[in-house]
Amino acid sequence: MRFGTDPTWFDNPVITDGLPTALWETLAMSIGSALITAVLGVLVGVLLHNSSPGGITPQPTLNRVLGAVVNVGRSLPFLILMIAIIPITRFIAGTTIGWRAMVVPLTVGAVPFFARLVETSLREVSSGKVEAATMMGATRWDVTRKVLLPEALPGIVAGLTTTVIALIGYSAMAGAVGGGGLGATAMSYGYNRFQTDVMIAAVVLLVIVVQLVQVVGDRVARAVDHR
Amino acid sequence: MVDHSQTGPALAVRDLTKVFETPGSRVTALDAVSLSVPRGEIHGIVGRSGAGKSTLIRCLTGLELPTSGEVVVAGEDITRLRGAELRAARRRFGVVYQHANLLDSRTAADNIALPLEVAGWDRGDRDARVAELLDLVGLSDRAQSHPGQLSGGQQQRVGIARALAARPEILLCDEPTSALDAATTGSILALLRELRDRLGITVVIITHEPSVVREICDAVTLLGDGAVLEQGRLGEVIADPSTRLHRELIPLVEPESDGLVRLQVALGHPDATVGSIDGIIALLRHEGIEADLAAATVETIAGRRVGRLLVELADASTTERARDLLDQARLHPEVAA
Ligand SMILES: Nc1ncnc2c1ncn2[C@@H]1O[C@H](COP(=O)(O)OP(=O)(O)OP(=O)(O)O)[C@@H](O)[C@H]1O
Ligand SMILES: [Mg+2]
Repeated sequence: MRFGTDPTWFDNPVITDGLPTALWETLAMSIGSALITAVLGVLVGVLLHNSSPGGITPQPTLNRVLGAVVNVGRSLPFLILMIAIIPITRFIAGTTIGWRAMVVPLTVGAVPFFARLVETSLREVSSGKVEAATMMGATRWDVTRKVLLPEALPGIVAGLTTTVIALIGYSAMAGAVGGGGLGATAMSYGYNRFQTDVMIAAVVLLVIVVQLVQVVGDRVARAVDHR
Repeated sequence: MVDHSQTGPALAVRDLTKVFETPGSRVTALDAVSLSVPRGEIHGIVGRSGAGKSTLIRCLTGLELPTSGEVVVAGEDITRLRGAELRAARRRFGVVYQHANLLDSRTAADNIALPLEVAGWDRGDRDARVAELLDLVGLSDRAQSHPGQLSGGQQQRVGIARALAARPEILLCDEPTSALDAATTGSILALLRELRDRLGITVVIITHEPSVVREICDAVTLLGDGAVLEQGRLGEVIADPSTRLHRELIPLVEPESDGLVRLQVALGHPDATVGSIDGIIALLRHEGIEADLAAATVETIAGRRVGRLLVELADASTTERARDLLDQARLHPEVAA
């Protein structure tokens, strides 16, 4: 129980000492998984697009298998996914608690999501541009590297922004269960110990982080968009 | 042995056939098309929508595998090549598209550099070549502009520069001016003609605009339902009023019918005894046939003044006599509906 004499706001050590650490953990979790997701998502997205019937290297079987795996990943609620892959998390991170371990389920959850967004952006690149490059004698690797990815970049950046924001949301959930980050702090102090000031501070910090990500993402997307 | 890469035509297409088979349908997009384009000539390919023009271009560059037939460039049959050999052979062609198909992510200069990167040119050579090409198409001041900042005509100039970058022998143009207004079309056609004159490049140009053929083509092929309907040098085609190409290239805008009998007459046939509009009307009136000019199209094509006119007869009973008179004068009269 909490008493009126307990220190609140900037006298509350949970806010002054605990929150900065929690914020750092949330950022580390999100940025860490976002970086890995960016690389793997682009890879899977390119595979999905290039192997599709209208892609530059149609591979029906690969496309169907990969599409099914991605769909399974996307249809699982994050909480269930996180619990389901605990053995994998332990295998990769050596532990299942703390923010470092949480990077694993976050990445596994975000890659299928981002890969579909990448695939959609690639599909929007007009076939005329691909045809023009092919007629120049470009290899499929040239087409992917010099045409598809650069032309789809604005869409990919926008997709990554959406993914990072979703990751921040999931990181709170991951933290609440596996420990670490603003989610864990809000859960254990704001909810379990009724420290409303901690809850409010955590919410405000999350809102600010998400806003910043959106603003930066929009700026980058605009900077790379020359249409 | 004769080195065909130097002496033969720049491009020879023989019996090219392409059948698209999809479950439930079978489309013969190209039906035994043959074509020979000498070095440095501009060859026009015309035909209705769906005639197979784009399919022909795609087969020429091996983007589409023909069902049968061959495409010979520099003594080599493109349809037999695969992989790296095909990619190398494609560099003999530069392609210009209706909607330039430039990359929005690249500046004008970098768009022009793309085929050079693909062909493995090093940085310094690329930069020098791009500067030269920008100058050639008159866009040196727009090197750093992205396609979105250029007008349609400027984009097409960049497209042409890009097509020329890797020094192809043949320029294939698929409706290069269809998205442009008349003045811009004129400047693009002038550029193509200038390139042919200066670089000696061979040009194949697909178009549905008669003016494009009239203004720059040396020879022309009319495709219909995938087959060659007519083919010939522009001067010959224009001299024969009975051909469909003659009709396509000298279109007559017919006024509303008002019940009077009309005769369509071709002007400029080499054997014709009368060469002017006034002369034709005078010829009829001299025989007591009351006639008037209802419509006319007169063009100078391949150095020859040719045209098509519609003569209106005041009295329907004079039709036969008028036709005989005009026929004797080798004016190819036809009673118009
Ligand atoms: N990939 C394809 N599969 C099936 N049919 C095709 C395919 N590509 C073209 N065709 C058919 O081949 C025919 C010729 O098409 P093509 O695009 O070459 O015509 P076009 O002369 O270029 O017409 P347009 O002036 O409209 O561009 C059409 O009947 C078209 O439907
Ligand atoms: Mg076409």
